[in-house]
Amino acid sequence: MGIVSAQCAHFDVPIRLKSGEMLPQFDLVYETYGTLNAERSNAVLVCHALSGTHHVAGKYAETDKYPGWWDNLVGPGKPLDTNKFFVIGVNNLGGCHGSSGPSSMNPATGKPWGATFPVVTVEDWVQSQALLLDHLGIQQLAAVIGGSLGGMQALEWTIAFPQRVRHALVIASAPNLTAQNMAFNEVARQAIITDPEFYGGDYYSHDTVPRRGLRIARMLGHITYLSDDVMGEKFGRKLKDGIKYSFDVEFEMESYLRYQGDKFAGEFDANTYLRMTRALDYYDPASAFDGRLSAALKSAKAKFLVLSFTSDWRFSPERSKEIVQALLDNELNVSYAEVTAAHGHDAFLMPDKHYHDILRAYLHGIEV
Amino acid sequence: MQYNVNNTNKMPIFRQDFAIIASWVPFSGKVLDLGCGDGALLKFLRDSMEARGYGVEKDDRNWLSCLKNGINVLQMDLEAGLSGFDDQSFDTVILSQTLQAMHHTEDIVQEMLRVGKEAIVTFPNFGYWLNRLQIAVGGHMPVSDDLPYQWYDTPNVHLCTIQDFDNFCENHRIQILERKVITRGNEVHALANLRGALAMYRLKAG
Repeated sequence: MGIVSAQCAHFDVPIRLKSGEMLPQFDLVYETYGTLNAERSNAVLVCHALSGTHHVAGKYAETDKYPGWWDNLVGPGKPLDTNKFFVIGVNNLGGCHGSSGPSSMNPATGKPWGATFPVVTVEDWVQSQALLLDHLGIQQLAAVIGGSLGGMQALEWTIAFPQRVRHALVIASAPNLTAQNMAFNEVARQAIITDPEFYGGDYYSHDTVPRRGLRIARMLGHITYLSDDVMGEKFGRKLKDGIKYSFDVEFEMESYLRYQGDKFAGEFDANTYLRMTRALDYYDPASAFDGRLSAALKSAKAKFLVLSFTSDWRFSPERSKEIVQALLDNELNVSYAEVTAAHGHDAFLMPDKHYHDILRAYLHGIEV
Repeated sequence: MQYNVNNTNKMPIFRQDFAIIASWVPFSGKVLDLGCGDGALLKFLRDSMEARGYGVEKDDRNWLSCLKNGINVLQMDLEAGLSGFDDQSFDTVILSQTLQAMHHTEDIVQEMLRVGKEAIVTFPNFGYWLNRLQIAVGGHMPVSDDLPYQWYDTPNVHLCTIQDFDNFCENHRIQILERKVITRGNEVHALANLRGALAMYRLKAG
């Protein structure tokens, strides 16, 4: 993708959130790749998951250690081909990478929003993303694509704006979280909230961050994103330097989790983490229809590609099949594959050949 | 799952069995094709009959071919049944040259008739004289265009003859609305169980 740069769109119109709260104004940081065609018919929105950002592909500078988080998918000649599509990545509201969120400045007070930033939902994100499309002069998306929490946004797009999206690629996702899945989120939040340096969410004014809580939250997350098999393969019971009869890092797995936890705690905002997990918990489009997902999707018109991964236990294939079932009930166009993969939930970010062949074939078939 | 995979990238080959199936499917009907292979049949039905619907295919490579053919394809294991599909939700449910590879033959046929207003089943007739000859004279399991496998690598577990399937339908109170038998693209009328290579049935719950 080469060198890319982020842009910021400022919205002076108030947005009414699902919670009933109003955001009087807000910023959305985004990146685009490829060129919007004259008909403005080739736009693809990439929705990010829990810890993702608007930086989907490319690097900001040659010296960047890593490219964007879905760089293996997006670029010239890649499955989501930027020679064909105009690809948009956006940092969601409540995020911590430039869009309005708890760590950004509240214009009314001149201080970070902190705990006062509202709890945002998948529905709010989709509403704000639609405003970004208005800003970019795009009436209709050729496609919306996302994995996990990003897949929920893709699904919500087809419900909230059936006329504005032609294709939805819903990957490793679910129509809502199970109690077990929400339970992981609750443990993660408790780790953060009970960290003495959390200060009720106003740690910014105390010049500190709840690192320990965020670190544990991330470690827990990582366990659930991997499969037992892949952890066994990656680390097994391997020791770094023999058994020491201590509680220091002895097993390779511990070293990995601590590294991931530390890295994350150094770059992610705890208040954002709380809100992202809450958005996951709350999303349940069927709840307004007595739990009938088919009824929730009645207005949808998009064509769907739904993908799941065999070893994904956090967003299992069964959950994807519930989405497929609801689409079948509405006689919508849908293809569904259960991709054989060892990497658990993380598989949706991996460049597995069959998985990418599927995405390439589907995206190739989209007319722009 | 379907063994007779038609390479749709080549020149389109006229397939008599496709034409017969098309004549049994209502115009712009809703069709479910079980074990749909590379999706050639559904594509044909879409292009010739404006059929809507879905294919079901387990194999990764075939599944991907379906996607490239632009048809809706669901990766599911037919042996698990069709529980995701509502009663009578399709005009026609098709099982084209897949019956013989199914373990739960009775279940799938019953499921087809539950989900579809009608069902179409086609299979290679094991009673075809060339097959009989290979066993009787050659002393080995038949190998042909319709049965291209050796005994040790065949996915076919429930091969049957036209007579067997007629009995099956009678015993299971399944109505045979129409039956056609073809050999090398030509319809066979007399001595079908001996002279027919491919059997095609249009069925309805009795």
